[in-house]
Amino acid sequence: MIGQIVIVGAGQGGFQAAASLRQEGYDGRIILIGEEPEAPYQRPPLSKAYMKTGDAGQLALRPAAFYDTNAIELRKGTRVDAIDRRAQRIQIGDEDLAYDHLILATGTRNMRPPIAGLENTRDLRTLADAAALRDALARAERIGVIGGGFIGLEYAAVARAAGHHVTVAEAGARLMGRAVSSQMSDRFAQKHGEMGTDIRLASPVAAVTPDGMTLADGTQISADFVLLAAGVVPNVELALDAGLDVDNGIVVGNTLLTSDPSISVLGDCACFPDPATGRLVRLESVQAATDHARLIAKRLVTGDQSAYRAVPWFWSDQSDWKLQIAGLAEATDAAETLPDGTVLRLKGDQVTAVETVNNARAHMRTRKGMGQGSILTKEDFVSAQV
Amino acid sequence: MAKITFVQPGGASQTVEAREGDSIMQTALAHSIDGIFAECGGAMMCATCHCYIDDDRTGAASEGEQDMLECAEDEVRDTSRLSCQITVTEGLDGLIVHLPVPVE
Repeated sequence: MIGQIVIVGAGQGGFQAAASLRQEGYDGRIILIGEEPEAPYQRPPLSKAYMKTGDAGQLALRPAAFYDTNAIELRKGTRVDAIDRRAQRIQIGDEDLAYDHLILATGTRNMRPPIAGLENTRDLRTLADAAALRDALARAERIGVIGGGFIGLEYAAVARAAGHHVTVAEAGARLMGRAVSSQMSDRFAQKHGEMGTDIRLASPVAAVTPDGMTLADGTQISADFVLLAAGVVPNVELALDAGLDVDNGIVVGNTLLTSDPSISVLGDCACFPDPATGRLVRLESVQAATDHARLIAKRLVTGDQSAYRAVPWFWSDQSDWKLQIAGLAEATDAAETLPDGTVLRLKGDQVTAVETVNNARAHMRTRKGMGQGSILTKEDFVSAQV
Repeated sequence: MAKITFVQPGGASQTVEAREGDSIMQTALAHSIDGIFAECGGAMMCATCHCYIDDDRTGAASEGEQDMLECAEDEVRDTSRLSCQITVTEGLDGLIVHLPVPVE
């Protein structure tokens, strides 16, 4: 059995890896290292429930006592500087820490596009960001949002519901363009428009000032503050410096192991083979983080070399709409809307992903079917329509 | 405060003081109760906080909750609930929550 496992990154995936190692019966040392000052907490509610309630007490993944009870050495506020693969050690300032196995769960950080005056924007990534944004929201009347992805739109929905004037500037031709079909993008654009949010598509932001933002076409949008929500980039620098393979994330094989047999990678920073197609993908989701973590923990403790095959799923709460996605479509996959509003993503006759709004039943059935390894076709969904 | 009793499939039970306003799921996590995983943090996305409650005081499961329960990994019964969807109140004092047999 491995003597000492170090996990770099104490987000949901890093936390889950530590918890799953204990659940699997691992009795060696676990050191869980995170940069943020808080114990592991849930990030998804920061742009949803927390933004409405401000109740940070509801965010912790486990109470503080959990880490003592399970002998998980949690090192908060700690940044890892380097990995020495040959010596199997990581460097934290002047300190050296040995590992028998290293799990990289370094996550992502906000992408900072080359926009003039970007220092005038606010982020929504960490609890500290979210707390500051809530304070700013209380004093603001007009809010600008750069990016019509999940975070920008979830935040816009909360701010708009609280009575603020909200403008969302999206550089692409449609909302959530990387993740959903154009049909779903259009529905959400309409929804936000009906809420009174000003959605500007194909509108890159050229500059941000303390008074608002300027779109590429010269339009001035006045705002008391501007949220930067233009996507994220994976934190790959540690891996890159250590000579690991990096390609939009840290590259792993189908057991989530890097080319170094002592280093695994999970979650938002992992570039892994999609079980359905084999293509390398990187997913920013709770599902990937936790399913990756469980697989790695099981492999390390039991030696099980099974390939990763979890079905991707995702959700986004925007106003009273819960968008759910099961499966994973490629950009080129077709999209077809069923009478009940379900959008099927299709490769030929095969369903690759299912997008639903407020339809947990269809979502869960898809997850279950795909999880059992069934090939789902359009007929499976058409026959279920009532 | 309300006392909530969690009963494992083997019969072992643990009674804890639950904070009003927390969900049963949060209460379980706060007291490290086995069998409640709560992956999605109460967003009704995962059904890993599934439990059995035979007590009228908790009301009925919403349609969305029922849809999620339908696909829970463990055995689904008439008394199945998602513990993230039940908020602790003083009125729930003495509630008994049974946990499902783990699925491997």
